[in-house]
Amino acid sequence: MNNPDYMEAKKYGEDISLDEELYRNLSGFHIKSLYGPEDIPKFDYGTDLGLPGEYPFTRGIYRTMYRGKPWTIRQLGSLGSPSEANRRIRQLIQMGSTGVSICLDMPTIMGRDSDDPMSEGEVGSCGGVAIDSLEDMRNLLEGLPLDEISINFVSNSQSPVILAMFVAVAGEQGIPLAKLNGTMQNDILKEYQAQKSYYFPPRPSMRLTIDTLRFCSENMPLFNPISISGYHLASAGATPVQELAFTLANGFTYIEEGIKAGLSVDSFAPRLSFFFKAHNDFFENIAKFRAARRIWSRTIREKYKAEDPRSWRFRVHTQTSGSSLAAQEPENNIMRVTIQALSAVLAGTQSLHTNAFDEAFSIPTPRSEKLALRAQQIIARESGVINTVDPLGGSYYIEALTNEMESVSYEYFREIENLGGVISAIEKGFYQSAIADSAFKYQEEIEKKKRIVVGLNEFVTDEEMDIELREPDPEFEKQKVADLTALKKNRDLNVVKTCLSEVRQVIQGSDNVMPVLIKAVKSRVTLGEIINVMRDIFGEFREESIY
Amino acid sequence: MKKAIRVVIARLGMDAHWRGSVVVARAIRDAGMEVIYLGNQMPEAIVETAIQEDVNVIGLSTLSGNHLELAPEVVRLLREKGIRDILVILGGTIPPDDIPKLKAAGIAEVFGTGSSLEKIVRFVSGSD
Repeated sequence: MNNPDYMEAKKYGEDISLDEELYRNLSGFHIKSLYGPEDIPKFDYGTDLGLPGEYPFTRGIYRTMYRGKPWTIRQLGSLGSPSEANRRIRQLIQMGSTGVSICLDMPTIMGRDSDDPMSEGEVGSCGGVAIDSLEDMRNLLEGLPLDEISINFVSNSQSPVILAMFVAVAGEQGIPLAKLNGTMQNDILKEYQAQKSYYFPPRPSMRLTIDTLRFCSENMPLFNPISISGYHLASAGATPVQELAFTLANGFTYIEEGIKAGLSVDSFAPRLSFFFKAHNDFFENIAKFRAARRIWSRTIREKYKAEDPRSWRFRVHTQTSGSSLAAQEPENNIMRVTIQALSAVLAGTQSLHTNAFDEAFSIPTPRSEKLALRAQQIIARESGVINTVDPLGGSYYIEALTNEMESVSYEYFREIENLGGVISAIEKGFYQSAIADSAFKYQEEIEKKKRIVVGLNEFVTDEEMDIELREPDPEFEKQKVADLTALKKNRDLNVVKTCLSEVRQVIQGSDNVMPVLIKAVKSRVTLGEIINVMRDIFGEFREESIY
Repeated sequence: MKKAIRVVIARLGMDAHWRGSVVVARAIRDAGMEVIYLGNQMPEAIVETAIQEDVNVIGLSTLSGNHLELAPEVVRLLREKGIRDILVILGGTIPPDDIPKLKAAGIAEVFGTGSSLEKIVRFVSGSD
């Protein structure tokens, strides 16, 4: 502390006032020019960090981290047609992907069949798979080792139906439910807060979530029934600290709802997982993950009284920042993604998806997808960053930032509590205005050049873009609608009616909806037909738009 | 006093991505224009609202890839009703090769990823 060079440097650090505004991270925290011991005055290794794999897990949730088990390379394996997506998944596995995420197309996301009038022009959109019936799920998963590779369904409001189809296909393949790996995103709270693909009001939606949670905790011990997602909050505009705080508050809400429904916390908390975005600000991103692990483990242990250490672990999937990708000089996105991916690895993620550089225009080509996958393999196998666990732990800057992320999160928790909790805060429009404000502020900063995006607002050239984009298949929608029409003709309508009336009955009562859904999908009842029955009973949620 | 420009903003079809549409809605409102924010709508409903609300501009937003089907449909429905003085603009994730097709179909301007609010506001207010 008394080293004269250090004191001189500190003085310089305090004096610096020029362009102070430029030295703020994405959460708006002011960043000092130098950090030292006085920035973490009460730092205690044992209580603040602990060993990796030990409470409070600040340094990582496993003792040996990537030396013991590399993170899962989890790229998107979806394309409009289920059979094409299946081929794509096989290619990804061949190239070294160790997990896969499957997105759904907009109609499936919105609970509509491909032949619904609302679905026009959207079948297979957003690079997502069109899932109408069990047939589609069967084609999607055909021949995949479901007990080895973990499949992450990016499925939310429609999750009970997708889960029912997954369970049915696994049954056909002879895989016991107890061995079934994978994840259902199934995070309804962030739909109201950011992603906006909800159908029902929040409370009935929560009931469906708890039904899936209970079904999985009783039958599928290796499956992650909810992936609590900050990614979408961040993509909609939330700052990293808002992403952190809002996501954890959502996590606590699922814990409370599960307990309220009579589940013991240790029966489901170990299978809750998370999903974060790797933002542009490198160290801020790392601090976010470290703060998340510490807050989660302390709260789950101390407030919710979980005793199983597995309940205390904050397990997280990460995706690089789609919203940071620029359309100007798109190849620059390869470097952005690589830096973001590196920060996720140094932050201790369990699984990672790297975006393709052409996503500011369309869904990726095989070439751009391959480059994205290779970025992860180069970090994992060439850079040497995985050789030691949590190499940044103990850095004055990282620890001070982690503390700041943590204390601002607690301020948000109090604010949400004062609004009556997460669901009330949704109903009062709190998230909408908070996130829209952040999104607007970020855009303003870019336009005023307070934030630089290379090629967009600095070092701008007027070169013509020279990359090849994926061409959508114009025939796919017609084909999909024709297939569905044929399926609907070739089934026993009486059985369909009986199944739908059973679904109606269970929805009106309080039994778990999963068994009747599994029966219904096996009888070729479609996703849209099931969701329409639910819409009829639960009603549709409409929100006041705040901007 | 000159009447304020009225703008309807809608997310086209089912696309849930809302960030761009609300940020643009706020910028247009802050520039003194009147905004009617529709959320998700199909072309028929968008055109119907635009006529009822007597707007000058329809701003469409989509990132899901439905732009070639649904955006020209909005223009077609307007023309079918003999309306030529409502400007239709589009923002979102749009491959560059699609822009000439959209313009040929009557979309006045396309604002892709990275478009500045200033440019959009200038265009909508007619000073560009």
